[in-house]
Amino acid sequence: MMAVLRALFRHPSGRIGATIIILFLLAAALGALGLTPHNALKQFPIDRLKGPNPAYLLGTDLLGRDTLSRLMLGIGQSLVVSFSAVACATLAGTVIGLLAAWWGGLWDGVLMRVMDVLLAFPAILLALLIIAIVGPGTFTSVAAIAIVYTPIFARVVRGPALSLKQRDFVDAARTFGSSQWYILTRHLLLNLVAPLTVQVTLALAWALLTEAGLSFLGLGTQPPSPSLGLMLAESKNLMQRAPWLMFFPGLTIMLGILGFNLTGDALRDILDPRTQRRGA
Amino acid sequence: MSYVAQRLVTFPLILFGVSVLVFVSIRLIPGDAITAMLGTEAGLLTPVQRQALAVYFGIDQPMWSQYLHWAGGLFSGDLGISVTHGKAVLGVILDRFPLTLELALLSMVIALCVGIPLGVLAATRSERPSDLVVRLFAMLGQSTPSFVIGLLLIYVLSVVFGVVPPMGTFTPLNVDPLANLSQLIFPAITLGFAFAASVTRISRSAMLDVLGDDYIRTARSKGAAPRSVVWAHALPNALIPVVTLSGVEFGYLLGGAVIVEQVFALPGLGRLVLDAISQRDYALVQGSVLFIAMNFLIVNLIVDMLYVVLDPRIRLASR
Repeated sequence: MMAVLRALFRHPSGRIGATIIILFLLAAALGALGLTPHNALKQFPIDRLKGPNPAYLLGTDLLGRDTLSRLMLGIGQSLVVSFSAVACATLAGTVIGLLAAWWGGLWDGVLMRVMDVLLAFPAILLALLIIAIVGPGTFTSVAAIAIVYTPIFARVVRGPALSLKQRDFVDAARTFGSSQWYILTRHLLLNLVAPLTVQVTLALAWALLTEAGLSFLGLGTQPPSPSLGLMLAESKNLMQRAPWLMFFPGLTIMLGILGFNLTGDALRDILDPRTQRRGA
Repeated sequence: MSYVAQRLVTFPLILFGVSVLVFVSIRLIPGDAITAMLGTEAGLLTPVQRQALAVYFGIDQPMWSQYLHWAGGLFSGDLGISVTHGKAVLGVILDRFPLTLELALLSMVIALCVGIPLGVLAATRSERPSDLVVRLFAMLGQSTPSFVIGLLLIYVLSVVFGVVPPMGTFTPLNVDPLANLSQLIFPAITLGFAFAASVTRISRSAMLDVLGDDYIRTARSKGAAPRSVVWAHALPNALIPVVTLSGVEFGYLLGGAVIVEQVFALPGLGRLVLDAISQRDYALVQGSVLFIAMNFLIVNLIVDMLYVVLDPRIRLASR
């Protein structure tokens, strides 16, 4: 674990990615503790649509709310949704992929065909369908992103799990009378940690993107709670008068996704020796 | 069983699964269909009228019978009637489809024209400054959401150049090609940017793989011109993963680019679904979601087949 982290900071793009993620976590933590420059929900009508200045570092919006404070809360919101969604997807996908590989035969066929059905929907469409059923909101975003990503994790896990299952050490464990549970968790799952870690990081980048997209469409986090996508959507009609309302949330979303993408790529280089040669 | 046959067998199976999932999820939406259709006027209905409407729309039947009725209609292209548009669902979808198809094609052309040359350039100058610049572009392109690019594009056009990109209307290609292009080019650039980034990445890494192969070394040692080694010997093989990626991305785009359509106020398939959901036009949601998923599956099937044509190793391996 520590070795991987050290390698991450030695990797050129890993260093940048990890730094961005740490800064984001810091901003979210400060936001959650209420340590924002201003109250993110409080309106200062006199200071409406002020550009960046010493009192409001990143300017204010149409209602006179501080952009920086809202960005900090928005980052927190994005991270909470993304982390919970990816955690659910990882758990569900791993269980389904492992069981499909372990049981094989009919179960494998049925489980993986169900995953194929889910994969037949473009992601945002599947998310829209789920939102139609449950109604818009934070919880729905989590559920939608989790359901979209579950089949991907199931596939990532099933392939390697199938080949691990054939390996001698699994046969040996069986001969020794190890329980199925022990073999599944110790022998299969532990060997899948590396590909899963890479996938989780890249999934987080994608989850961040989707969360922002859903809230941009007004289907994610509901106002007045600040969210990055919603801030951007609100900025559209004000871009001539107050371009900072567009630049800062846009830049924040991009940086967040970039951070996870860079880290994911670096982890792939570190954990998968085959790609080291390419540095791609 | 050959690879293609296997795909052909699972295709109807998955399509069936998709239709069941779409059908059931629409029925999970809270509230009954009649209230959704009539809005507040539903309150004026007597129970007898309500019952009559339920019989008329077939929603008094058990779910499996409703499904059979709906699925039976699919074979003759009958997806039901859209309440908000007052006409057949298939007709509404087909009205929107040309825009979505054209936008997807245009974005793909942009992505391939930009992505492949950049990928090849980066691979042949691996680890040199031009490679790093290309990789930076690809990373940024993959990390910037389409709505950020779209908004930036609108900002640059309108504030810096004083040009307001046409929005909210769509002129079919056969009516006025120039107006059509001016409406679609900016959304296409927006979508093409991220798409080009993925194409760049994948063609770079595929090209690097291929350039390390023995047959390339053979070609070089025979004295083939460096340019011809890259473009004639290596590129065709490096394109195989590019085809797969482009196919999948194209399949996604055929589902309508909800967000970019929203940014540029374009009446495409994505907006259609979004509006149908917010207006609770269930027949339309059901029909368009199925239509999109089916397109996606068909495109993927074609990509799988192309893959076999392009890469004989798959054909042989599965025998």
